[in-house]
Order: sequence, then C-alpha cells, then structure tokens
Amino acid sequence: MSLRSPLGRVLGLGSARGGSSHWYAQRVTAVALVLLGIWFVGSLATLDGGSYEQVTGWLGSPLNSALALLLVVVAAYHAGLGLQVVVEDYVSDNGTRAAVLVAVKFALVVAAVVGALAVLRIAFGVAA
Amino acid sequence: MAQRERPLSPFLHYRWQYTNTLSILHRITGVLLSLGFFILVYWLAAVAGGPERYAEARSCLGSPLLQLVMFGAAFAFCYHLCNGIRHLFFDMGYGFELKTARASGWYTAGAAVVLALVVWIVLRGSLGGGA
Repeated sequence: MSLRSPLGRVLGLGSARGGSSHWYAQRVTAVALVLLGIWFVGSLATLDGGSYEQVTGWLGSPLNSALALLLVVVAAYHAGLGLQVVVEDYVSDNGTRAAVLVAVKFALVVAAVVGALAVLRIAFGVAA
Repeated sequence: MAQRERPLSPFLHYRWQYTNTLSILHRITGVLLSLGFFILVYWLAAVAGGPERYAEARSCLGSPLLQLVMFGAAFAFCYHLCNGIRHLFFDMGYGFELKTARASGWYTAGAAVVLALVVWIVLRGSLGGGA
C-alpha cells in the first residue's frame, strides 16, 4: 500500500521526491573525489617547493590536466550537493533558503568555470 | 486546548556521544572544504596567469593568516577524506554495530590528525610560504 496520494505520485512528489538521485550522486562523486583527492595531494607532495616551472610542467601534462579538470568539476558538484543539504537543514525561511541556494550554486558554477578555464590555459600553454 | 506532546528532533534529546561530534565534524569540514575549493581555483587561476601572478599568489597564501587557513584546509581535507570513506562503508551497510562504529570513529579521527600533520609538513613548501 502506498501512502502517497495519486496526485502526488503523478507530480513526482512525496517524502523523497528526487532525494534518492541526490543521495546517490553525492556518493558517486565522493568515491571519485577519494581518488582525485589522493592524486592531487600526492602530486603536490612530489613538487618539492613548487616553483612556477615545476607546477606548469606537472599540470601541463595531458594526464594531469585531465585529472585536474575532473577534480575541479567533481569537487564543485560534490560541494554543491553537500552545501544544499546544509542550507536546507538550517535555513528555515523559504525565501531566504531559495536565495541562499541559488547564490551558493551560482558561486560554485562560476568557480568551476574559472578553475576549468585555468586548467585548460595551463594545458594548452597559453600562459607560458 | 490541551497541547499534545510532539516528537522532538533527535538532537534535542539524544545523549551526547563522541560519535555525534565526529558526525557534525564531517559536515563542518565539508563546508570548510567548499570554501577551500575557492582557494584551489584562485591558485589554479594564478598558475594560468603566468609567473608574476603565481609569485603574487604564493606570497599571499604564505601570509600567516592564510597559512592558518591552509592548515585548516589540510586538516579538513584529511578528516573529510577518512570519515567520508567510513561513511561510504556505512552506506553499504557495514560497520553499524556500536562497537565497530565507535572503534572506526577513533581510527578515523586518529588517522585524520596524523595524515593532516604529514600533509602539512610535506606540502608547506609547495603551497606558498615555505621558502
């Protein structure tokens, strides 16, 4: 027996709505970030001092720029999902909540685009 | 009209246990890492901007205040990573027994502190400041 009303079912409403996809995406991106995070910190550790040439040499290789691009995109996505839950839990006023959620997502998308463009610039040597 | 007793939110009547703290720390470090993401983007943009911009960013990130922030970010990263893996096991249905959950909590917290110190010692030079 379902506790949902026929109208609610048709509209895709109910207690969970799209919650399971949010939950699932949070976990999938988490697994990806375990790998990407270990790669990133591990690579920084081998830079030894981090001169400009070292950093561009490292980030300029095809594999590393691909991974850096993935890190930027996946981290922004994961942060967006996580911050959304935090905002939904602690901001109770509907209007404020919507405004904060939009602001958070805007900021993350802008940061992700800037980060991705930076990685591409390094990859294609525009800066050098 | 008589007020019926309504159920309370869990955090209003659950006894405190250190696993609660581990749980809220996961959320706090997650929020901090989201802020740290903007530092990462700033750093990438500085690298893409050329040697002068990169040198500027290094000295900026090397300031005492920013070094404190970076250390916080390093700890937040390590904690969120370790405890995140713990939570992924929870999500798969493992480690829910009270004994196991408490033990894994201690291991996670310990690993995070040790890892944060290692990361900090090794990376200090690479992330601005240092030399």
